[in-house]
Amino acid sequence: MNKPLSDKSWQYRQLNAVTPGLDALSDALIELVDAGEPIVAGTADLQYSNGLAKFHALHPDRFVQFGISEQNMVSAAAGMAAVGMKPYVATFASFLALLCCEQIRMDVAYSKLPVRLIGHHAGISLGFYGTSHHATEDLAIMRSIANLTVIAPADGNQLKEVIKAANDYPHPIYIRIQRGRDPEVYAERQPFTIGKAISHYSGTDLTIIATGSTVHPALEATRALRAAGASVGFLDMATVKPIDRDAILEAAGHSPRILTVEEHNVLGGLGGAVAEVLASEGLPVKLTRHGIYDEYSLIAPPTHLYAHYELDAKGIEARATRLLEGRG
Amino acid sequence: MTQPGRIETTGGRNSLRPSDEEIAFLKDRAKFCRLETIRLIEIAKVGHYTSVFSAAELFSALYYDAMDLKRGEPKWEDRDRFMMGKGHAAVGLFPILADLDFIERDVLDGYTRLGNPLGDHPDMTKVPGIDFSSGSIGHALSAGCGMALAGRMLGKEFYTYVMIGDGELQEGQVWEAALFGAHNGLATLIGIIDRNGYQLDGSVDDIIGVEPIVEKWQAFGWETHVVDGHDVAAVATLFRTLKADRARTRPVMIVAETVKGKGVSYMETEPGWHLGYLDPSDAARAIAEIEAMEI
Repeated sequence: MNKPLSDKSWQYRQLNAVTPGLDALSDALIELVDAGEPIVAGTADLQYSNGLAKFHALHPDRFVQFGISEQNMVSAAAGMAAVGMKPYVATFASFLALLCCEQIRMDVAYSKLPVRLIGHHAGISLGFYGTSHHATEDLAIMRSIANLTVIAPADGNQLKEVIKAANDYPHPIYIRIQRGRDPEVYAERQPFTIGKAISHYSGTDLTIIATGSTVHPALEATRALRAAGASVGFLDMATVKPIDRDAILEAAGHSPRILTVEEHNVLGGLGGAVAEVLASEGLPVKLTRHGIYDEYSLIAPPTHLYAHYELDAKGIEARATRLLEGRG
Repeated sequence: MTQPGRIETTGGRNSLRPSDEEIAFLKDRAKFCRLETIRLIEIAKVGHYTSVFSAAELFSALYYDAMDLKRGEPKWEDRDRFMMGKGHAAVGLFPILADLDFIERDVLDGYTRLGNPLGDHPDMTKVPGIDFSSGSIGHALSAGCGMALAGRMLGKEFYTYVMIGDGELQEGQVWEAALFGAHNGLATLIGIIDRNGYQLDGSVDDIIGVEPIVEKWQAFGWETHVVDGHDVAAVATLFRTLKADRARTRPVMIVAETVKGKGVSYMETEPGWHLGYLDPSDAARAIAEIEAMEI
């Protein structure tokens, strides 16, 4: 049995602090277990980082600590799903999507097993932990794996709804989340439909499309641009795959410019997915993909990085303004 | 000799050592597995004969004796599960699945042809009776750990058998699973190492040595057993003994001493047969040797 945590420890504070974003994963899974679902949650030595410590405390018989063995965790989750459980396994997005890519492809996706892969601290949200802990490739990698659905919720409330919507979803899902500190975009219990973009505004000058962590700042930027008189639309493309073609085509139908915003390499992620739709339809739309421009991030606290890479509200507004003014 | 159609549910025998009649039947099914492998690879024109031949008695003892299975019911919830890291030996398993009415027998005739579900590696989404897909060396023991743990969580009593190769022990993930299985006391997990000593590029000892295998698994906290993998009576007895031990609190690793290519003299003695193709005259010779083999 583990000794109890010191009340001065970081882990203790993580476990006992009220952080709705961090609690969301555990809360959603606890609700499903309480409803009698064969849920099992696992992590690779990161239960305080992803908040699963709360789930662990309440349902120790449904929690699996895998230790620092991520590949074993993914393959074992597939084994659990193969005999009727609904496994959720969580670790840093960098390790899940890159280190375990082959296990995800073979054991989870190819085998069509309903495993939920939670890649947390995605993008550059681990700031000064550096490149090993950043994941700016995960959307591109996961999106290219057949049978795998890819969803990036914007906040804790949306994550809870994604988990609810996913409960009886027959396919495996990669769920990309952040640090659990995302400002709230959505109120509680707003139903989520996998594969449907959420339209916040419609615009005739520009449509901004964002996913996951960039939804909140991009939405703020949209509001600022609209307040300044521009007709700017906004789509939350929480489901990156299968992407909502209709929503993209509709936006392209009334706005001549589209700006995708993601905390990810501009190659292969949300921007790539939107580009594929627009190109295949031959639409004359100016698409600008904003994100990390095929480079490794500098080291800094996350908020400093977001400012540096124009991924905060101000930066996105500036990027959109240049686009609207024909300056790139 | 017992006919294949007679077995309804295998496993759970009263006597730990199979009867002479049962042993003769298991030998016959191992022979059937080898002969069918030659027939199927003739369709594909290339395949892993020798990887099947080292495991034929293991397959026979598992599918016709050790495992709880129901003929024609590959999705039976409480069945014992089997998977293999050495997925390239699936060509020897498919005929057994057909023999147990898990797949139609004529599906075998289209082995590896366009649209047929049977390829070099087993696919659980396409082939009833395949409990887990494989092909990427090193994943299976982890998946087996997951199955055994989930079985315990769900209150099921099925056993999970995972066959891995000795070359497969070079994969790091195997050792992650070794730690995990022991840590969680997965007593219904039974691993089998088909220790035939060879991998694609040569002998395991020459490529990257994995010895001492038994001591490694013991050090990792597994119950270990060493058995002559071609002595089908010994193998079946061991499986029965393991199932009878309800007090066990650890996973088991069986090291099955085998011969790569067992049953075909030139495959047993000449390296270079990990992947191969027998032209018709060589195939006839191989079939004659297998027909005549007495293990």
